[in-house]
Amino acid sequence: MHALSIRGLEKTYGNGFQAVKGIDLDVPQGEFFALLGPNGAGKSTTIGIVSSLVNKSAGTVRVFGHDLDTDPSGVKAAIGLVPQEFNFNQFEPVEEIVINQAGYYGIPRREAKARAEQYLKQLDLWDRRRSEARQLSGGMKRRLMIARALVHRPGLLILDEPTAGVDIEIRHGMWAFLKTINAEGTSIILTTNYLEEAENLCRQIAIIDHGRIVQQARMDELLRRLHTETFVLTLADPLSAAPVVPGYPITLREDGNLEVTVDAERGVNPLFAGLTELGLKVTSLRNKQNRLEQLFIDLVKAGRLPKNNGEGRA
Amino acid sequence: MNRWSAYWTAFSTILFKEIMRFVRIWVQTILPPAITMTLYFVIFGKLIGEQIGEMDGFKYIDFIVPGLILMSVISNSYANVVSSFYSSKFQRHVEELLIAPVPNWVILAGYVGGGVARGVSVGIVVTVVAMFFTDISVHSYGVTLLVFVVTSILFATAGFINAVYANSFDDISIVPTFVLTPLTYLGGVFYSISLLPSFWQSVSLANPVLYMINAFRYGLLGVSDIPVAAAFGLIAVFTVILVGFALRLLDRGVGIKS
Repeated sequence: MHALSIRGLEKTYGNGFQAVKGIDLDVPQGEFFALLGPNGAGKSTTIGIVSSLVNKSAGTVRVFGHDLDTDPSGVKAAIGLVPQEFNFNQFEPVEEIVINQAGYYGIPRREAKARAEQYLKQLDLWDRRRSEARQLSGGMKRRLMIARALVHRPGLLILDEPTAGVDIEIRHGMWAFLKTINAEGTSIILTTNYLEEAENLCRQIAIIDHGRIVQQARMDELLRRLHTETFVLTLADPLSAAPVVPGYPITLREDGNLEVTVDAERGVNPLFAGLTELGLKVTSLRNKQNRLEQLFIDLVKAGRLPKNNGEGRA
Repeated sequence: MNRWSAYWTAFSTILFKEIMRFVRIWVQTILPPAITMTLYFVIFGKLIGEQIGEMDGFKYIDFIVPGLILMSVISNSYANVVSSFYSSKFQRHVEELLIAPVPNWVILAGYVGGGVARGVSVGIVVTVVAMFFTDISVHSYGVTLLVFVVTSILFATAGFINAVYANSFDDISIVPTFVLTPLTYLGGVFYSISLLPSFWQSVSLANPVLYMINAFRYGLLGVSDIPVAAAFGLIAVFTVILVGFALRLLDRGVGIKS
């Protein structure tokens, strides 16, 4: 059974803007799934429809077999949502926010208190349980929304940019926590602008652009399709002119180090052999940009150009 | 988990949250009506009232007590729901309810329950204040309590509808200022409509608040400008219409879903 199955999903807003244009999407149970796309691509609208915050215009949504049209309560009970914007009562104590959310799912107060304690402790918020939400830092507020989303123990957790504005240490802590709950069986859908985050956490990925899915595949398969990668080479002695190694376009950076684009089939061995022949010593090597980021840009560009050209010809 | 027990838990959670909200800010919610009503009783009841003499066979202060109590109930039931539900839209925590398997009627019942709780709390406080100025006798406990609660439900529901449509804090003060307050003051709180010329008596009959205040006055004093059965009929019709309308707004997601 799929955690989420979407067919022909469309959304046209009252002003005529069509944000989602016929999306088909399957998220297998137990998956850690990335939904990526540029701003305004339709990610948040899709998530809004799945979590009952936005009315769809057409299509079907099923969550663990529950149909959004015929069994909305079943769909809602199966989903935990961590939205992009803070959406809790800023004046309410942290613990009350989590307990109340459990109450909305029909969990009696005593049980709700026990669960709130469990998740607030796991997310390092227990010491702040009596603080008003507005007194928390940005990272704490994000973790509060995760605790709130988990309190009814949903089978599918949807996180819409959960680490936006969170410092690196807390972000890594959140990644570890999410990996743990995924390993325990919770299916997770993640949207993020940090593509490193998606690459680290997710096993499957869908890229959405202009309201359509332009790519859906396993993460490792997708990365294998990356034909070229650009590396930055740090030299022991910076240069004033770019060296020439046949088959490798090398450019000189402002700091005297090198930037080189490597074709996946050619590999890096001949490059290093060439540089060694020239007497150059490379002290370190790194990707110029995250691999997924590079792929993402390629796919979005590829998805846009033909469509724009097509429209131009018509 | 039994579906109905889950609904009950959700309802009691919303109700408890709403009650805690107005209790937490009691200086803004409970205290002001107590002070305002004390001033009404001192100025209109004692100082001016003793010069007025009797109205409908009662001392003036006894005549205005029912209207002042119900006026507090009306304004506080309305204010509680309109401000609380609009805040939940403004801060977006209404989404906590929209994503949960809570039926719309449970959401409405929870918020209206909170409005009734505040209306009744303030009504009790104002009644206690009134007891410092006059002896309150009750002609019919049944009528009194019924009007007390049903009026509160009606105006709490009206406050909910106002909040659904509101797009700014201005929008939640327009109706109380320009509609509710004039209707209440012209609804016979301070006078019997028998004092008015016949034309204005007829006009007054179009004011629904008049029926509620008179029904409540009947419950306490045993006198009313209009038949009590007609008052109950009108309150019931208005309540059914507003509750139905509020549920329809929620079902369509007006003001809360795109």
